[in-house]
Amino acid sequence: MSVQADPGYSLSSERLRRRKVVNRIMEALATLAALLAVAVLVIVVASVLKKGIGAINVDFFTKTTSTFSFGPSQSGIANAIVGSLVIVFFAILMALPVGVLAAIYLNEFASPRMRAPLQLALDVLNGIPAIVVGIFVYVLLVLGSGQSALKASFALAILMLPLFARSTQEVLALVPNALREGSLALGAPRWRTTLSIVLPQAVGGIITGATLATARVAGETAPLLFTSSLVGNEVNWNPSHPLMSMPYFIFAASEQADPGLQEQAWATALVLIAFVLVASTIARYFGLRSRRRRGGKR
Amino acid sequence: MTTAARTAPTGPAALQRRGRFRFGDALLYGLTLVAGFAAVVLLILITWKVLAGAKLSWQTFHLDFLTTTTWNPVTEVFGAGLFLFGTALTSIFALLVAGPIAIAIALFLTELAPPWIRAPVGALVEMLASVPSVVLGLWGILVMGPWVVSTLSPILSTLFGWTPFFDGEQTVGSSQLSAVLILTIMVVPIVSSICRELFTNVPTELKEGALALGATRWEMIRGVVFPYSRAGISAALILGLGRAVGEAIAVTQVIGAGTQISFNLFATGDTLASKIAASYNSAGTNLERSSLVYLGVLLLIFSLIVNVLAQLIVRRVARRQQGRT
Repeated sequence: MSVQADPGYSLSSERLRRRKVVNRIMEALATLAALLAVAVLVIVVASVLKKGIGAINVDFFTKTTSTFSFGPSQSGIANAIVGSLVIVFFAILMALPVGVLAAIYLNEFASPRMRAPLQLALDVLNGIPAIVVGIFVYVLLVLGSGQSALKASFALAILMLPLFARSTQEVLALVPNALREGSLALGAPRWRTTLSIVLPQAVGGIITGATLATARVAGETAPLLFTSSLVGNEVNWNPSHPLMSMPYFIFAASEQADPGLQEQAWATALVLIAFVLVASTIARYFGLRSRRRRGGKR
Repeated sequence: MTTAARTAPTGPAALQRRGRFRFGDALLYGLTLVAGFAAVVLLILITWKVLAGAKLSWQTFHLDFLTTTTWNPVTEVFGAGLFLFGTALTSIFALLVAGPIAIAIALFLTELAPPWIRAPVGALVEMLASVPSVVLGLWGILVMGPWVVSTLSPILSTLFGWTPFFDGEQTVGSSQLSAVLILTIMVVPIVSSICRELFTNVPTELKEGALALGATRWEMIRGVVFPYSRAGISAALILGLGRAVGEAIAVTQVIGAGTQISFNLFATGDTLASKIAASYNSAGTNLERSSLVYLGVLLLIFSLIVNVLAQLIVRRVARRQQGRT
């Protein structure tokens, strides 16, 4: 790695020594920075685990949340889990088809002149803060007619769309062009080629990307504040009502001084973080494996 | 990898066929075209609706909104001054801390670490980005906050007590300092993952050339890696800034909803995004609601500028690198 210079050879061995010391210091600082980031992750996950695990039991998953400020008379988050499932499910339902179709357009049909601005729009949409998306849905849909889980799903879908589209597009770009040419040469129409030849090749990667995006968006709270926060304490599967969700419960409970509620917030955070980390780890693992397999085949 | 056809036009889009009309083709093309434009439509719709929502407040306060530092629902005087200040203070400090750390991590992962350590550490750093902000905020108030009061702020106070930013003693757990730290944690993974990609793309022959001339690794980084990726680093930092400015939830949880402008990081404060998040269910009058949306307009304008700027830089860098190979 580092060149061992003979001290007698160098005219300015003092200077060389100083350069090496500076180099060492910088290397140490860089290593320290990486350690620091990993340490923060470990500390956050460990404190969530330590503080949340105590409140996790069967009741926690089967009973519903208690009304704030009256203490935990019931002690579970069943309604929040159901609400999160409903909201995220409908968000995927809205965003995934649009995202995949948009990716197909960008990769299969668009001329470079069209592609550049549309991709820019997706990336810019990706950068809009979640709270602004929440306000947008509030002004567009909630003002006047009230909150509902579907409106929350719409807000989350806006956050998912660019992630779905870009990740799908990346996978489609990996499908060898020879497959398309072969299919077209056999006389298959273009739509048939796209749906039966190109998409099946990419479906694994699409699912990987979609899982990563879903894991990221499932923990978003900001869009839910304006769209699904006036909630009751009963388990409800009806998406036309505002529903309790895990992120919102953590947010609301974290503002309370009640230690019982705080413990529940930690436990909910544990469930949420476990979902996010497990889902993204699995997705990453499969993504890596399929990429390796494809790389090996060629 | 070099299986690309030798024919002149390549890529899926070049495979356009001229011939008889097929209904299926037209249908798929139409559907995907509409979906392709969804992002554009959404951007226009978001801008239009958010502007429309702020109309009442705009008509009442105009640009005075930006400089008014009161937010008083009783007298119905609203202004963004306090929140603009808080946003600028917290995100600039967060970027000052996060920037060097993120670049250092990227350097570690591309230049220093042995190969077997790169993938797992890189994955862990990126995992930090997928911790939901509400969980980070919960940890921020209940774990980090007390630690900041008991340990960090006395140290900062002794070291930097002479600056206006670390004046006196911190008494409550919620502070602008906590917001800075939480934002730092959120910004680091974003900036470092972009920088990591930039540093990997620095041509090996340039790096090896510098080392062969006798440069130490740090001199090689300073002389080759940094100049080569300067534009990209600035784009990464801009994107990080956009993220810090737009973060609402975690900041609301830790910043303490202060009502005074203060340079002192030990004091409480408020930002544009955190004010909106904190007032989601308390806005009583139409004017207050509209003023909250006005805060959203400011965030939207800022994020549009920041993201377009950063993406244009990123694209220019990518084009330059494509031209090289």
